[in-house]
Amino acid sequence: MEFFVQQLLNGLAVGGIYALVALGYTMVYGVLKLINFAHGDLFAVGAYLGLTLLVSCHLAQMLPPFAAVLLVFVLVALMVALIGYLLERVAYRPLRSAGRLSAVVSALGASIFFENALMLIYGARVFVYPDFLRPDFTVTIMGFSIPGMRLLVIVVSIVLMVALQVFMLHTRVGAAIRAVAIDQGAARLMGINVNRIISLVFLIGPGLGGAAGILVGIYYGQIDFLMGWSYGLKAFTAAILGGIGNIPGAMVGGLLLGVVEAMASAYFAVAWKDAVAFFVLILILIVRPTGLLGERTADKL
Amino acid sequence: MALLEIEDLHVCYGRVEVLHGISLQVDEGEIVTLLGANGAGKSTTLMSISRLVNAKSGTIRFDGKDLGKYQSHEVVGLGIAQSPEGRRVFGTMTVEENLRLGAFLVNNEAQKESTLRWIFELFPRLEERREQLAGTLSGGEQQMLAMGRALMAQPRLLLLDEPSLGLAPLLVKSIFQTIRRISENGVTVLLVEQNARAALKLANRGYVLEVGNVVMQDTAQALLANPSVREAYLGG
Repeated sequence: MEFFVQQLLNGLAVGGIYALVALGYTMVYGVLKLINFAHGDLFAVGAYLGLTLLVSCHLAQMLPPFAAVLLVFVLVALMVALIGYLLERVAYRPLRSAGRLSAVVSALGASIFFENALMLIYGARVFVYPDFLRPDFTVTIMGFSIPGMRLLVIVVSIVLMVALQVFMLHTRVGAAIRAVAIDQGAARLMGINVNRIISLVFLIGPGLGGAAGILVGIYYGQIDFLMGWSYGLKAFTAAILGGIGNIPGAMVGGLLLGVVEAMASAYFAVAWKDAVAFFVLILILIVRPTGLLGERTADKL
Repeated sequence: MALLEIEDLHVCYGRVEVLHGISLQVDEGEIVTLLGANGAGKSTTLMSISRLVNAKSGTIRFDGKDLGKYQSHEVVGLGIAQSPEGRRVFGTMTVEENLRLGAFLVNNEAQKESTLRWIFELFPRLEERREQLAGTLSGGEQQMLAMGRALMAQPRLLLLDEPSLGLAPLLVKSIFQTIRRISENGVTVLLVEQNARAALKLANRGYVLEVGNVVMQDTAQALLANPSVREAYLGG
């Protein structure tokens, strides 16, 4: 039982990270019907920027660990959000009227650009996050002692997801984002500036992705320049699993994928965890081709 | 002075010209109707005013301003709202969310609430279905919602595209009565209709469009009495 609960929590922590990244895929798809293949790399950029701030800028030495991490969290989210905004302006907006395939090619190009930029700037080796940042307390809940780090990742990702959901459902701008995702033309008739909304989505998604990059750095302790691809693929899978374009779907898909992976590693074999994860994806898509919470048909993919 | 003035408007979809230089004007407080068969260019005219399609040449002036210099979302801010062809309500959002989106550019909360109350007076059904998802409404209710949503912007000029399409005759009558009430409230109305008889009974003036040209314009009464209009649009 103890083993099961620990694996479940581990799965939720990893799944929370997947979900945060998946939100970026799904929100962009929602408003532009474009898979932003560079999104995973923005997440990697976040992890690296976090490392730079903590180590090279000595934030980790100047501030107590908790304050340093919190500050880095906010700064990186803002910086990656800005990069996401620029990405849309430079790589996607000029192609808006050029058909969907051109934008997809541009997205793949942007992904290669970011990966290689990270490799050139930082070098093609694994980097280690300062390990004294990892909280080393444990919390005992109902007889289970849970590593504080694990709990923190789960709490942070859930808080961010709830905040996003509140924003989307209960603010005027959140409603405008949903309207643009449903019908851009009708949204324009409401007086909504669609370009501004698209820019906003490219701020929110990458911002969350950048924050997730730091979570990975602190949780696992190490990052590499190709992590954007591996995590990006998983998060993209999570978005499809939940129903692409659907925000709660990305959250559910991410958490589910994380838990499935953790269980596969624990009770089957670590080497098979990806195979099991994708097997679950295939199974779910056979039963529900539009994903768990997706309503629209997937013909636009 | 005319509130809306269209002069020699040409619009192309790709290489096909669909409006061949139409001119029309709508004065403040009027109800003007645009009649014509499918494909005559009625909806294209409304979409050009809302700036969702670009004109190839010609000018559209609203309250003296050249709309060619404005983007679609800015046009709403100037005071033009549209209830589009096919209603295009946001199906996965509630009735109230749809209505509030209509007031996206209205900053004054008190005004927003009073407009909402007025719309619930015009369409009591919408108030009953306030929390319901728009996609689950009947066709007639969706039409009311599309009109209410446009009114939430507190427009000076309301563009209505085929509000009677697909509705039961009794409901058509009530929708047209509501348009009259909206007009009596000081909103100028440009009404696109296939139901020519009902539209002409309601309107002050009318234009007849045929394949991208204005072929006739007159007072509504004169058009109702016109033999060729009777033959082509009123069933003899």
